[in-house]
Amino acid sequence: MDFILQPWSWYMSGIVIALVMFLMLYFGKVFGVSSCFRTICAACGAGKSIKYFDFDWKSQLWNAWFLVGAIIGGFISAHFLSNGNPVLISEATIADIKNLGIAAPTGMQPDELFDFHVLATVKGWIILLGGGLLIGFGTRYANGCTSGHAISGLSNLQLPSLIAVIGFFIGGLIMTHLLLPYLLP
Amino acid sequence: MKSLKFIFVGIIFGIVMSKSEAISWYRIQEMFRFQSFHMYGIIGTAVTLGIIIVQLIKRFNIKDYAGNPIVIAPKEKGFVRAIAGGTIFGLGWALTGACPGPLFVNLGYGFLTVSIVIIGAVAGAWLYGYFQDKLPH
Repeated sequence: MDFILQPWSWYMSGIVIALVMFLMLYFGKVFGVSSCFRTICAACGAGKSIKYFDFDWKSQLWNAWFLVGAIIGGFISAHFLSNGNPVLISEATIADIKNLGIAAPTGMQPDELFDFHVLATVKGWIILLGGGLLIGFGTRYANGCTSGHAISGLSNLQLPSLIAVIGFFIGGLIMTHLLLPYLLP
Repeated sequence: MKSLKFIFVGIIFGIVMSKSEAISWYRIQEMFRFQSFHMYGIIGTAVTLGIIIVQLIKRFNIKDYAGNPIVIAPKEKGFVRAIAGGTIFGLGWALTGACPGPLFVNLGYGFLTVSIVIIGAVAGAWLYGYFQDKLPH
């Protein structure tokens, strides 16, 4: 039982993610999460005025069910499969994020970014809402995210996916090394 | 009942992403600082096995559960959209430490403020739809 409560290894994780991708193919769908943002807009009626959202969003409901499962999976992990230990990141990362005003991990996520108290600060809203805007706009512009491009697309040897993943890293490196030092402390 | 199988796969995804700490802002920071193999190991293993799985599906014409051939539509071409959209997403990924899937896993894990990120992402998708015709692809 103890090995379940410990964090799982990268190879265990990679094997199960590949299994998830296969199961979605076996069930007649392609693994990819970010299209759900488009589906939500369409379900809210955005298709009346904007062509991009004028499609049969009900045909995409399977993706919503997948995400309901993802939420349940996170809940199960937190309440039944976790020993509550802090994430064991490298000493070098702990030192680097300390310079950004983020303390060493005490759990899964930093309170400095995700605790409710951040909602009382302008910076907290900029990070959460602004980060979300970048994620939603960027993944729809690129036509996929880590699941649709990095996992499904690369597995199918798609050149657009390789270009997109390079983009993910350009953006991630710019944010981490150039922008976070100004945004966070 | 048709929805149950997708909920089931989603649960597996939610558990593995959180148990391997891939939903953690700390792990994403570590990845973008090249200070650990962990995230690269996860993505590398998944893609390596994924390539083998897709090749086997094509080679042996493996059918889906309903008996239909498994067809994976190619990704739409377009260099500008892939590199520009990818870069914009990367900025958000490193800032919030979560890509779209883990956003929902985090919500279930108990980080309710992540719902603000999800609302932002829906608004971002709406903005893309609004400006789609004016953007280079």
